[in-house]
Amino acid sequence: MDVMHNFELYQPGSIADAQAILADVKDAWIIAGGKDSLDWFKERVKQPSALVDITGIAELHGIAAGDDGGLWIGATTTLTEVAEDGAVRDKFPMLAKAASLVASPQIRHLGTIGGNVSQDTRCLYYRDGFPCYRAGGNTCYANTPTAMNREHTLYEASRCVAVTPSDTAPVLVALEAVMLIQRGGAKVEVAADDFFIGPDIDITRMTVLQRGDILLGIRVPGTWAGSHQYFEKAADRASWDFPLVNIAMAARTEGGKITAASMVCGAVQCTPRRLSDVESLIVGEAPGADLEGLVKRVAARGARPLTFNQFKKPLMENLAVRAVRSLAV
Amino acid sequence: MAYRLIGKNFTPPDIEAKVTGTARYAEDFRADGMAHIKIWGSRMPHGRVTRIDLSAAERVPGFLGALVPDDIKQPKPASQAILTSEPTFYGEPVVAVAAETEQAAADAIAAVVVEMELLPFVVDPLESLKPDGPNALTGGNVTGSGIDLQTIKWSGRDFAMVAEGELPRGQVPVEWTYGDVEAGFAAAKVIVEESFVQASNAHHAMEPRSAAAYWEGGKCHVWGSTQSTAFAQPGLAGLIGIPLEDLVFVAEFAGGGFGGKAGAYPLMALPALMSKKLGGRPCLLRVARKEEYNNGYARAGFQGWAKLGFRADGRMIAADVFTVQDLGTTTGFPDFNGFGNALATIHQPEAMHYRSIPVLTNTVPKGAQRGPGEQQCANMIEPLLDKAARELGIDRVALRLANAPGGGGQDARYGGKRDPVTSAYLREAIAKGAEQFRWAERVADSGTRTGSKVRGYGVASGFHTAGSYGFDGLVRITPDGILHVHTGVGNLGTYSYASTSRIAAEVLGYDWSRVVIERGGTARHLPWNLGQFGSNTNYTMVRTNYVAAMDAKAKLQEIAAAALGGAAADYELRDERVVATADPARGLSFAEAAQKAIEMGGKYAGQALPEDINPMTVASATAIAGTGLVGVAKDTLPQTGVVPGLSASFVAVDVDVETGRVDILECLSVADCGLVIHPQGLAAQARSAAVMGFGLARTERHIYDPAYARPNARGYHDAKPMTILDIPAEGLHWAAVDQPDLVNPMGTKGIGEPLEGSASAALVTAISDALGGHLFNRAPVVTDMILNAAEGLPQSHKPLATNTV
Repeated sequence: MDVMHNFELYQPGSIADAQAILADVKDAWIIAGGKDSLDWFKERVKQPSALVDITGIAELHGIAAGDDGGLWIGATTTLTEVAEDGAVRDKFPMLAKAASLVASPQIRHLGTIGGNVSQDTRCLYYRDGFPCYRAGGNTCYANTPTAMNREHTLYEASRCVAVTPSDTAPVLVALEAVMLIQRGGAKVEVAADDFFIGPDIDITRMTVLQRGDILLGIRVPGTWAGSHQYFEKAADRASWDFPLVNIAMAARTEGGKITAASMVCGAVQCTPRRLSDVESLIVGEAPGADLEGLVKRVAARGARPLTFNQFKKPLMENLAVRAVRSLAV
Repeated sequence: MAYRLIGKNFTPPDIEAKVTGTARYAEDFRADGMAHIKIWGSRMPHGRVTRIDLSAAERVPGFLGALVPDDIKQPKPASQAILTSEPTFYGEPVVAVAAETEQAAADAIAAVVVEMELLPFVVDPLESLKPDGPNALTGGNVTGSGIDLQTIKWSGRDFAMVAEGELPRGQVPVEWTYGDVEAGFAAAKVIVEESFVQASNAHHAMEPRSAAAYWEGGKCHVWGSTQSTAFAQPGLAGLIGIPLEDLVFVAEFAGGGFGGKAGAYPLMALPALMSKKLGGRPCLLRVARKEEYNNGYARAGFQGWAKLGFRADGRMIAADVFTVQDLGTTTGFPDFNGFGNALATIHQPEAMHYRSIPVLTNTVPKGAQRGPGEQQCANMIEPLLDKAARELGIDRVALRLANAPGGGGQDARYGGKRDPVTSAYLREAIAKGAEQFRWAERVADSGTRTGSKVRGYGVASGFHTAGSYGFDGLVRITPDGILHVHTGVGNLGTYSYASTSRIAAEVLGYDWSRVVIERGGTARHLPWNLGQFGSNTNYTMVRTNYVAAMDAKAKLQEIAAAALGGAAADYELRDERVVATADPARGLSFAEAAQKAIEMGGKYAGQALPEDINPMTVASATAIAGTGLVGVAKDTLPQTGVVPGLSASFVAVDVDVETGRVDILECLSVADCGLVIHPQGLAAQARSAAVMGFGLARTERHIYDPAYARPNARGYHDAKPMTILDIPAEGLHWAAVDQPDLVNPMGTKGIGEPLEGSASAALVTAISDALGGHLFNRAPVVTDMILNAAEGLPQSHKPLATNTV
């Protein structure tokens, strides 16, 4: 069946109005592009009594220059807009590339960057309504010898083995972006690195967003603007697929050596995984075959594959190598 | 011979509606007071319904009525019911509810309570064949076309006799042999022996199998989605429980079928039964995408083993093949026959032994999917040919040329019974493709690595029986001079309903602008035609339209003779006139002849009909009798041999050994489809078949957690057909041998299915080639398999596991 339950639809024109609705209706669900939300509703796995469509709130939309050479990206800015924006392409090309590789062109036209970072995990069991840990139950159906866990975690599974499916999330973490959240009367800033949370913190959420919170937008600081950037997504298809593994790297070089690096991997654990070992390895080194060999050795250290996802380990290693290799070009 | 229409491009009349969005599909049906139907699908892979509680559903505002299994006539075991009290796969319909609105129907279904007792279930055929393995149905675990439902268990010895990873080979219900297989192996220079798996995959037609119906005047009106307008009717009438003459059927467009809508199917009848319960009120069942995936059938997966023996020149002199077909929960389609017959026909082994066992599993029911059996054979066997070529030290194309039937096919034989074929030019197709693809020159680059990408080339052949006979043709010339070609074949989207209608116009010398194709439902008075499946349309419908047009031609000549004197043989057709050969100024226009036919009546106007035509054709011809000159005949043209559609494909890839990504650079497919009657139609078939084949080779597969048996493929995203961005936009090429079939009156034969199999297997072999001839012995070859192979890691799956990886 694909007919959604009945719900109230609110389309506020201001953040204050949106907050008022969220305060009144305790299970209200914020929606923008709806590309993740509507599937839940069609399957009736989640049935909020009210939706708050925030696409009519002007200040949540658009891309603007920041004071520090960075950018402000409103939460309801579509992925297509992010991918095609001149300033994004100029300052943060890997963000533009990641946005351009999300799902399909049709989905990118509607899907927003706020939704892309806030989306729920794609675990087949969870989305099929199985009463798993994440759904409030007391077992994980994906972490068994026969389970369909090809797309699941290599790291930090705390009861749940689902992964972050976002393509823009590892980029934003690598760029040291800051998420701006309206929480009650306050505007709260949360580093992207802290925005995404694992099951050890709260197994029912993928981000710090709490009921009533509104993600206003993302501030990408100028820290990595104009740096060498690399994004790659490995997937089964060239379009309309979530990543098997993706990688984002920002780096600077000087005199043939890497002077700074920020590297983050997606789809290998519940949150974007910073490859600290690789970062500390490559800074001060010259790109080349020798360094690539070492990167391959350390990039996926500690990985604990499940029954059907051992390929993710070499894939993660190889993507890290390719990112470093791009510095030699 | 120079044709006016055959071999020329044209715009099929339904294209404009499809492009502009005005085409009406079953789901577009609307009527005042129309009720909406929703279905409750089983949450268990196999269970017995112990209680159905509709009380909460009945309280939903707008609730109109419900159907439960007891309301429905139940079919014999291993056939799918419209509603069942013992569902055998996840999502199988148990309850249907009708309501005033779709929202109310959905809310009512959400309120339905069904309690079930879980019964034994199984997803891997080999698990069911184990001595203590579960049966998918309470009545057994083995059936199939021509095979009674029964229980077959292999012994512990059967499983112990083989090495780990090798297919056990126990008792089977299907076995045939020709030639001296052991002598062949004894004489072989190289023997290859491998076990393999081809995964099941979904049909994913864009248009789900929605249907609508109402009753009026004692007749049941049904809007359905089918690839077979005439052929589906008897089965649909049977499911509804009415005589065929009480069915009014509309199926003007089909948004894809791929074999999954070949005939009538249970959900098509559901609105009619609900409407009957509601006193004839119009009812629409809109099937959701997930429901389509659960109920829209799937290609049968295979587990297999093959031992092939070759001479030094590459000739296959012995083949011993054993397959296990996954049926899902019904008798499905005999892919097991298609597999063995394909190998025996494409490669013409001098001796062959074939065994197969179709096994029931609690998975999505399997039905015919484009190249049923043949495609699985191509993906599994073609890599073994490459292995043999490498061991023999000969070129891979040369090995295929050593085996492929060609030269017209006089020496070629079909399948295990070694029947003759109507024509075969596969050898020519391979040779033409190799030249056009520049195979000899390009394979020098095989294995060349540029960065992380390695180049690979693949070649493979495809086959399907591509024609039938014995059906009826019906044409009519009305007094305005227009030719009406009545065709019941269906409109799957291949446009062959239109290209074969042009045969009648060709025979009668018509300008195409003065031809109307009557199609899309019983109101168009359709003759009895085979459905649009099995690559048969070109061959079969050319024959029927030919015989009907020839009948019309004879009647035109007789009418002219009656009106103007002389004998019928004194007249010929010229510029839509029937004229005296000796004096072309003396004659009748077709319009005048049609008026004369009405005046003469009898056979000329359809009031007297041939005795050998089908009752459906009799009814249709009778309905149009007296409205013009009626040409009607059963196809009794000579038929000797099986019609083989054949193809060869060549694929170039770059395989990224660091990411498992495969870039398909180019695909060339060459068709042996007899005379090409519609080049654009063939081009569309070749390209779309390649795209579909790529999915079969690379990404599409059913996976179930054996603990729950719920399929992974619930929507397009999960099922992973290729997207437009996965294929080389400018790199899908086609060509044709263009040698006429030796039996068809216009020299044509079908090709829709072979082209998919050859393209798919060519991609599989190209990936293997890029990896130095690595054999995956499994398709699809997905990203993780490539990565594991490239990294020297073992694969995550057990070698013969199917439906679980």
